[in-house]
Amino acid sequence: MTETGNGATPPGLALLDQLEGSKLVPNIMHFGRVLRSTGMPVGPGKILDAVQAVLVVGISSRRDFYWSLHAVFVNRHDQHDIFDQAFHIFWRDPHLLERMLGLLIPQISGEEELAPEEPPNRRVMEAMNPDNKDGKDPEEEKEPEIDVEATMTASSNELLQKMDFEDMSAEEISKAKTAIARMRLPIHEIPTRRYQHSQRQVRIDMRATLRAALRSGGSVIPLQYRKRRRRPPPLVILCDISGSMGRYTRMLLHFMHAITNDRDRVSTFLFGTRLTNVTRHLRNKDIDIAVNKCTETVEDWSGGTRIGESLADFNRFWSRRVLGQGAVLLLISDGLDRDAGRGLNIEMERLHKSCRRLIWLNPLLRFDGFEPKSQGIRAILPHVDEFRPVHNLESLTELIQALNSQLIRRQEGMSEWLQAM
Amino acid sequence: MSVPLPESIEATQEMLSKGHYVADRSLATALYLALKLGRPLFLEGEAGVGKTEIAKVLSEMLNRRLIRLQCYEGLDVSSAVYEWNYSRQMIDIRISEAAGDRDREQMEKDIFSEEFLIKRPLLQALEADLSGMPPVLLIDELDRTDEPFEAFLLEVLSDFQVTIPEIGTITADKPPLVIITSNRTREIHDAIKRRCFYYWVDYPDSTRELQILAVKVPNADKDLSRQIVAFVQRLRNMDLFKLPGVAETIDWTNALVQLDKIDLDPETVNDTLGTLLKYQDDIEKIKGSEAANLLGQVKADLAARQS
Repeated sequence: MTETGNGATPPGLALLDQLEGSKLVPNIMHFGRVLRSTGMPVGPGKILDAVQAVLVVGISSRRDFYWSLHAVFVNRHDQHDIFDQAFHIFWRDPHLLERMLGLLIPQISGEEELAPEEPPNRRVMEAMNPDNKDGKDPEEEKEPEIDVEATMTASSNELLQKMDFEDMSAEEISKAKTAIARMRLPIHEIPTRRYQHSQRQVRIDMRATLRAALRSGGSVIPLQYRKRRRRPPPLVILCDISGSMGRYTRMLLHFMHAITNDRDRVSTFLFGTRLTNVTRHLRNKDIDIAVNKCTETVEDWSGGTRIGESLADFNRFWSRRVLGQGAVLLLISDGLDRDAGRGLNIEMERLHKSCRRLIWLNPLLRFDGFEPKSQGIRAILPHVDEFRPVHNLESLTELIQALNSQLIRRQEGMSEWLQAM
Repeated sequence: MSVPLPESIEATQEMLSKGHYVADRSLATALYLALKLGRPLFLEGEAGVGKTEIAKVLSEMLNRRLIRLQCYEGLDVSSAVYEWNYSRQMIDIRISEAAGDRDREQMEKDIFSEEFLIKRPLLQALEADLSGMPPVLLIDELDRTDEPFEAFLLEVLSDFQVTIPEIGTITADKPPLVIITSNRTREIHDAIKRRCFYYWVDYPDSTRELQILAVKVPNADKDLSRQIVAFVQRLRNMDLFKLPGVAETIDWTNALVQLDKIDLDPETVNDTLGTLLKYQDDIEKIKGSEAANLLGQVKADLAARQS
């Protein structure tokens, strides 16, 4: 392996000459480009790797060819489906592909607005034929290869509605921006197992001490010290965007965007009737682009709430991936649940057990006479570490104030509400 | 004695099966590529699907040293790469002072030499063993460590070299065979994955799982194995917080063999469910009627197939 390993000239390149005239290498390149346009991170380096891999494995077996390319191009488990589809479509009779594209693209683009979850097929298709997207009659011939997922549109429980962020006034925006600039989440840093230089004489840093000793000639050994480095824990935000939260969601998005860009290791999820991961969108530095992308992705704005089911989704698919490193969880919800708290208790318990600290922000608490009567709220309450009466979410400034005052009011708030039950 | 690397996918698969590892051809392909092209193999998958085992089998079959770096949060250079032997250095300084025979620069050079270096796994992995063959380096559960360490690994994995400020850069003559595993408790940065061949180790299908059981628990009754596999496969289709992996299947089979069972009955299943499911919620869910129900389906299924 060393002969072939990290040498300066990849051995595959030498063999390329033998393949001259065959279309395999250009085809691998084109295939790589198709994958790239589906959004997979495929660069020239990967394409070279792929050629090398194919040269090593050979092309006698389609299955080996498939898995060789798979090993090179696929980086994450969720890319597998896209790769699989692209592979089967691309490495087929190229004429067939052309014919299929002719048939399919109009159909897909016609249904684009209806299909709630972007089928990966469409991405593959667009990547293969980026120019041909003008829509014809969507009801025309259907190819069995592609089934557009349109089942979700019929769900009566959801109000699929795109939220319009256009009508935010200039005054509101500027107010939000100044508030955001000052925004820091008061979550305490936790000690890591890494060290940094320190003046406090607790732990001796042997390495630095020895160097200092040598510098001073060895006769005196000036002790150097170190201390544990501290770091904010990862933060996971679960935000309710259902109808009852409608008036807050806009500001909440700004809030979440600010936190996401203020620190590392933040994951953000929105839920109404289903759970959507918007972490990547919110990482966008530009708030407008971030918010636009969120509205594009999320399909259940201002619909009903199924807190229990959304949390179950989170627990199953995400909790182990994002709560692993002792994360603090911020649950933003009014606790008003369409399913009347069914299953919520169990999911909340699981959630609480998987994170370092669970903080619940509830905008309903701005009402003085608020009592935890709703089933949903009663199911959530026993499983939160902090129950924060966020008095007024309409103004971001007050939200920050509420968060900053956490240490004073959290214990009282918690015990008060538990007694009220 | 050094064993040459396998020369084809078939040979790779054969090597694995000789080491009692039942592998899909797709896995053999990825492994063969990684060996042939000298790249790390990045294995991701749920806990207990046999990711770590591959490295062990590889080292055993190729007769190479296995160097294991178990990752944890806060893993740092001094426990992953190297550390100086401070007490020896101190003594050395005192001795030379007492003798008064060396000047300062010479002394500095001497005490920061390889003699005083304590080598940790990553540095060990850059050295060939006595027969001149590079070792197998297993970087286990990379997702447990933090991003700074991941960034450090980039240099090691792409150039197979480590820089020690006092000595200089140490490069491997022959790069080690690197296997990286992750349970996906967080996403590993793309920069790492880009340097590796990636493979998602999935739960095996029932045929494959039966083969695995036959290899790993050869003394188990064949009918029992069939029942166990069918039961576990059904469990994996259920809505559980943690699905049982292959390791759990093997454990369960071992447990049942110890109990001298040749046939599954609801009571035994209830009593031994703890070897299969590791969360109380999941156990509560399956225990009792659900388990009996599943078992009924499994037996009916197997009976139908035999007749």
